[in-house]
Amino acid sequence: MNELRTILGDVVTRLFTDLVTKDLLESAERGEWPAALWQAVEENGLTLPLVAESKGGAGGTWADAFVVIRAAGRHAVPLPLAESIVGSWLLSGAGLDVPSAPLTIAPARRDDTLRLVRAGSGWRLHGSSARVPWGAAAQHVVVVAEAEGRPMVALAAPGAATTRDQNLAREPRDTLVFEGSPVVAAAPAAHGVPANAVWLYGALARSAQMAGGLDYLLRQASQYATERRQFGKPIGSFQVIQQNLAVLAGHTAAAGTAAANAFRAADRGDAACEIAAAKVRVGEAAGVGASIAHQTHGAIGFTYEHALQFVTRRLWSWRAEFGGEGDWAVELGRAVAERGADALWPYLTAR
Amino acid sequence: MSTQTFHFELGELPPAAEALRAEVREFLRRELGDTSPVLRAHSWGGFDRAFSKKMGARGWIAMTWPKRYGGHERSALERYVVLEEMLAAGAPVSAHWIADRQSGPLLLRFGTETQRQKFLPAIARGELSFAIGMSEPDSGSDLASLRTRAERVPGGYRVNGTKVWTSNAHLADYMIATFRTHHDPAKKHEGLTQFLVDTKLPGITMSPIIDLAGSHHFNMVVFEDVFVPEDMRVGDESAGWKQVTTELAFERSGPERYLSSFALVLELIRAVSKDPGERAAATVGRLVAHLTTLRQMSLSVALMLEAGENPNLEAAVVKDVGTTFEQEVPEVVHALLGVEPTIDSGTDLQQVLGFLMQRAPSFSLRGGTREILRGIIARGLGLR
Repeated sequence: MNELRTILGDVVTRLFTDLVTKDLLESAERGEWPAALWQAVEENGLTLPLVAESKGGAGGTWADAFVVIRAAGRHAVPLPLAESIVGSWLLSGAGLDVPSAPLTIAPARRDDTLRLVRAGSGWRLHGSSARVPWGAAAQHVVVVAEAEGRPMVALAAPGAATTRDQNLAREPRDTLVFEGSPVVAAAPAAHGVPANAVWLYGALARSAQMAGGLDYLLRQASQYATERRQFGKPIGSFQVIQQNLAVLAGHTAAAGTAAANAFRAADRGDAACEIAAAKVRVGEAAGVGASIAHQTHGAIGFTYEHALQFVTRRLWSWRAEFGGEGDWAVELGRAVAERGADALWPYLTAR
Repeated sequence: MSTQTFHFELGELPPAAEALRAEVREFLRRELGDTSPVLRAHSWGGFDRAFSKKMGARGWIAMTWPKRYGGHERSALERYVVLEEMLAAGAPVSAHWIADRQSGPLLLRFGTETQRQKFLPAIARGELSFAIGMSEPDSGSDLASLRTRAERVPGGYRVNGTKVWTSNAHLADYMIATFRTHHDPAKKHEGLTQFLVDTKLPGITMSPIIDLAGSHHFNMVVFEDVFVPEDMRVGDESAGWKQVTTELAFERSGPERYLSSFALVLELIRAVSKDPGERAAATVGRLVAHLTTLRQMSLSVALMLEAGENPNLEAAVVKDVGTTFEQEVPEVVHALLGVEPTIDSGTDLQQVLGFLMQRAPSFSLRGGTREILRGIIARGLGLR
């Protein structure tokens, strides 16, 4: 890891450790916007790792963004940070100004289509999009939609009609309805950015958040196993607990690697296969990991009082958001089958 | 995260390693020709001295060793590329695999100058095949409990005892064997010593142990008053435990710990055709997601080794996750396709499935059982 990324890692870890407290997580679940946290995140330039320095960003890479998003997952940061990173990247890639405010991205589901229709010198947005992360709290929505035969990026206000909903971790997941609302700005997407970019890069972001969540589970469960005593000794001294935690370690290592690999591919462009592989592998790890972490913690981990649930409830939702393991496995499997068996090894080693 | 106990950094193979890849593929295309999928599924189990000599002539054995011992002073990453290409193609590398992977490196590190001069160049040419004499009837995972005695006699040692599960001992020229030279019940990790043993020495009796599929690669090797000359001791007396654990680190870190079922993944892709249904596509996609990840993890360990780090914990993680995957492949192929596994009838898919289904239980036994590896990982997590 390069030095800059190490420093970035230290910055985000310190910031989140200080500010993302249990109280803050609980208040966020009650629907309070963590304004001070957002301000700190923004002041540290964490929302714009992929925006050029000339436009006020950090001028970094997806590999840099990975450090931030993974840390956000590890600390269960209750903000649309990953969404803002993806949204600001889409906007700046299209040559649009990036507003200094929380962003979200839409459509968040594969089957929701939003239509951009030219109206005079501008564009209007039609359609509805469900399960949009922080749809109501975010001040802007970044939409990618096919218009006039090419992928367009549009910046819109969340729209008049908003139905609030949430995921298992009580993170907002709202339905936004656009009835021909004029957009703030729109432009053709950067070269290589596909019309399903929100779906694709949303999955990328979730894979990093989940990898971070697994980092937390492994550390937390290992620590608990050395502290909690039963039968006169730490439960971690029992082989059965050791074996379970070793399995969790394997999934955590695989998740971190799969996600990092997808972010590296995103820096190269055409990352669809790596993103699919990451969402499949990390999502699988999330399910197994949550199960082992809870089993290790016993009844205390099943309480709202214990912080474990802030991460496990997120993992259960995140693995389904922007496509579950099944969706992405089908996608990847079709691409592999289409190229044929003899192309598999050359494909694996070309990456 | 600073508190993380292991780390897997992504790495890129250098251009020299990638250039080598094309050369290796061309060689394999010519050498393996239309070798059947079920033979390729033997992976590093195929024993072919002629093939190993060709590898030696190409300079693809002993790649990282010093030139004065017949090596080629290439990087560990170039070696990694050769290994993974061999495994993916199912090349019969068994005649030199053990010597290249662990016996040679062991001699380089702990052997005498005479031993290095005598053995390493021949290994590098692909002419000397090695076996590993570690396990005994009462010493499997509890390796430190081994009992085969090497007693000092004038000029050397007299060996009595029994080794088991000694793969390819009946084909190998030499065995690196670990014997007990001192016995103190309170300190079983001490008193172990390693030796170079000529498999043709008088007093050695080998008998096959036939595996569940009817194949012969394991042996029971009985030593009855076998004289091993002093100059065939590897390292100091009682240094065996440290040397064995070093050797096991070489043994655990390679790409052979996730690619054993690769031939079946290929047959599965052929079977589901270019336009698979959703269920078939999901199965293929999931396996490829695992493969993609495991290759990056395995490569990451190779890069750490090249950088002179000591990735024992990471190697244990890759082997545990990798063998779990290897064992899962026949299961998911069965669940998806439901074809009957066969021995030598039916389609390539059926034969590869039949072969690997019967081979799979060994994946998480050889080179340290899953339970032992998870114990190593748990130690890395601070649990023991």
